[in-house]
Amino acid sequence: MERIPILKMGGFLLVTIQVDMHDRLALTLQDDLTEQIVKWHAHGVLIDISALEMVDSFIGRMLSNIANMARLLDAETVVVGMQPSVAITLVELGLPMKGIRTALDVEKGMQTLRVSLGLNGYTQDADGSTEI
Amino acid sequence: MSGTVSLLNDTLQKHEEDLLREWTALQAKSSGRPPSATEEKHLQAQCREFLGGLRQAAQQGDDISKPAWAGIRDLLTQLSGSRARAGSTPVDTAMFIFSLKEPLFTRMRQEDGDARALADAIWKATLLLDRLGLFTTEVFQKTREEVIARQQQELLELSTPVVRLWDNVLALPLIGTLDSARTQVVMQNLLDAIVQTRSDIAVIDITGVPTVDTLVAQHLLKTVAAARLMGADCIISGIRPQIAQTIIHLGVNLEDVTTKATLADAFAVALKRTGFAVTRIKNGAGNANSER
Repeated sequence: MERIPILKMGGFLLVTIQVDMHDRLALTLQDDLTEQIVKWHAHGVLIDISALEMVDSFIGRMLSNIANMARLLDAETVVVGMQPSVAITLVELGLPMKGIRTALDVEKGMQTLRVSLGLNGYTQDADGSTEI
Repeated sequence: MSGTVSLLNDTLQKHEEDLLREWTALQAKSSGRPPSATEEKHLQAQCREFLGGLRQAAQQGDDISKPAWAGIRDLLTQLSGSRARAGSTPVDTAMFIFSLKEPLFTRMRQEDGDARALADAIWKATLLLDRLGLFTTEVFQKTREEVIARQQQELLELSTPVVRLWDNVLALPLIGTLDSARTQVVMQNLLDAIVQTRSDIAVIDITGVPTVDTLVAQHLLKTVAAARLMGADCIISGIRPQIAQTIIHLGVNLEDVTTKATLADAFAVALKRTGFAVTRIKNGAGNANSER
């Protein structure tokens, strides 16, 4: 059966949605992710939806639910890389996903996670270069 | 019926030059100022073409939607279209046709024939010219509407620029009333720019928005929510005192959004959040060279 891979990176879990989400896939992801969070004691989850071109109200609500479930399990969740069209659709559907952290891309999402978990974040030097 | 139309045809054929002269003179008089030589020549050419076309088309019957009238229709479309763009009034454009009545009917009266046939012929000619006159008004209206639609489109394209203020800070100065169509364009432009420049903060400046009602506020909130979903924070700036009063009286909830009175304040907040600070260079006050 088709699954969305969940990658473990240190204390974080990385979920990249590379295929079109359908309802079954979203439900499987919900099961898998909650299990993995508990299994690895993950404190941060990064969901990359940059390849997601279309959402409907169900997928929108599932994303929102998954993020809230992860938070219940004490894992900070950041949704990154939302496409403009997806953002507009979610707003028009009346799903502004209140209480969910968002970031522009994986890099910035990681930084947000580190900062919110009190780990050493990226620091920006005066010359604009970034280092860990 | 063929008899009455033929009287019109005969008149047009016999007196074409006289009609042309009297008609152009009448139009020049009704325009209220003496036309220049080129204008007169141009008008005369148009009138000549119209009379020629009318004479030919009238032989085929008086239904102006028939293919025989296509030439006349094209001519009138072109004429009233160019007049609409040049800014003349619909009355002026329609008078181009209606002013033909006076010389034409005078000439028709001079023809031999009984009074009943003449009355009939004049009635038919009146109907025909009225229809042509109304046709010019219709085309005039259509051209005007096209002009308005084009201007709206241009306004839409011009009025929603997204400018980069600093690294990762965008500004969106809004000018004019926000309606649904514009909000869509604004939102799309802003979100695309956020992706392109990887900006964290967007300042929406509404100094140029004349009024904020519940609908406009709702549109603003939608834009802010969409930007937040993408991972960018929005600051709304340029809220004038009256607008602040209106927003509160309307009961619009802007609590979740950072708002500032001026773009400068919003920019200061944006710099602070991105970790920058503006400092004055020592001994730099009043020295033009050290401004940069």
